[in-house]
Amino acid sequence: MSQSAGKLIDENGIRTDGRKVDELRPMKLSVGVLSNADGSAYLEQGKNKILAAVYGPREVHPRHLALPDRALLRCRYHMAPFSVEERKSPAPSRRELELSKVIREALEPTIFLEQYPRTSIDLFVEVLQAHGGTRCAGITVASLALADAGIPMRDLVVACASGKVGGKIVLDLNDIEDKEGEADVPVAFMPNLNAITLLQMDGLLTIEEFEKALDIAIEGCRRTYALQKETLKAMYVAIKEGVEEE
Amino acid sequence: MPIFYENKQLVTPGDLLAEGDYSAGSNTHKEGNKIYASRLGLVDYMERAVSIVALNAFYFPSVGDLVIGKIAEVNINGWTVDIDAPYSAALQASDVLNRFKPQRDDLSKIFDVGDLILAKIITFDRGRDPLLTVRDPGLGKINRGQIVQITPTKIPRVIGRKGSMITMLKTETGCKIVVGQNGLILVDGEKPEDERLAIRAIHKIEEEAHTSGLTDRVTEMIRSERGAAE
Repeated sequence: MSQSAGKLIDENGIRTDGRKVDELRPMKLSVGVLSNADGSAYLEQGKNKILAAVYGPREVHPRHLALPDRALLRCRYHMAPFSVEERKSPAPSRRELELSKVIREALEPTIFLEQYPRTSIDLFVEVLQAHGGTRCAGITVASLALADAGIPMRDLVVACASGKVGGKIVLDLNDIEDKEGEADVPVAFMPNLNAITLLQMDGLLTIEEFEKALDIAIEGCRRTYALQKETLKAMYVAIKEGVEEE
Repeated sequence: MPIFYENKQLVTPGDLLAEGDYSAGSNTHKEGNKIYASRLGLVDYMERAVSIVALNAFYFPSVGDLVIGKIAEVNINGWTVDIDAPYSAALQASDVLNRFKPQRDDLSKIFDVGDLILAKIITFDRGRDPLLTVRDPGLGKINRGQIVQITPTKIPRVIGRKGSMITMLKTETGCKIVVGQNGLILVDGEKPEDERLAIRAIHKIEEEAHTSGLTDRVTEMIRSERGAAE
């Protein structure tokens, strides 16, 4: 481990993809990219490319799954066969089922499910290209798609990972750092309510290291949140400028 | 009682709008004495309340709403109607026929699958799907005209303050216009050109719903297009 870790961060504190330890990958977000879905969003974060689509609230099929007191939130996280270097079978793997659950549970607290009993909200997160940290990116882009669909939310949810690589606490792990590094801490966060909706840890950290990792992950979330807001607002500004030009 | 944005400013879900003795209007929610946004839209501060005009939303049924629906299914004692909402609506045969007998009356002769109807919601709650009626004058099957679909949150803009916009649209285009609260609008004119003009005007209202002086601009647009056609 220590041999490969030596290569992950060089003597100047620069990571394999040229970032500093507390630097996020460059991110591009857009909303309303699919016309057939009620809401949609697209994300590019470094080499990650993820599409999210939302349908609903709508009637539940099959009927017997409907809940009498609240809406049913269903989530499908899926990786395209071409999303990784070696072809991935399109059938849902154990990992994808787990991430579907994790993403659903990270977004459930923000939606007013109790206002729409007997309906379902269906969320699809399709990973077109994966390069580490797709669960966090999936949550960030899914929350934008929900806002685009006009589903009432308590707050936007934004996610970011931190971890320990080459003995240092770093922000926003990429694929190599995730696999070779010592620990990975994905965090999903509601910035206005100051509440965490997802917190996982894979690997070994001391309590001090964990606290530092959590702090910088939340800081990363706040930076991404600013971009999320900007993306939603850009939709409206485009229309307004069009009118003023007339 | 501080407020944190200017009137008509754009807010995203989760933004803190106001603190203190305000009541939470549409598309907002209250936690303690703080009011937050729950949808993307333009904030509207009133005397004692805060609300948001959402940029994008779906129709949620409410009792008394006039809606335009499409017959989705003909059942034994009524119809299932798609009203473009999270719930499908029901229309009972006994609402249309005075003495309804399933053995004798063929419901598909009254409304068939695909027919559009204008109806009013008479009951709706958390436990039951909306129930429609076509008993009031003017309600029932739609036989002529064209349908336009817009975001339901922009319906109030199409109607305008005290109906100013809709009155203007009717007089300027010469069309009969019926606005369904679920975002569907029926435009019925003498000539197809009139209908097309009215539809263009409605789309313009939808796109520019959040700008001021809209009624005047739409009037101008209709008049200039009228002038160009003649």
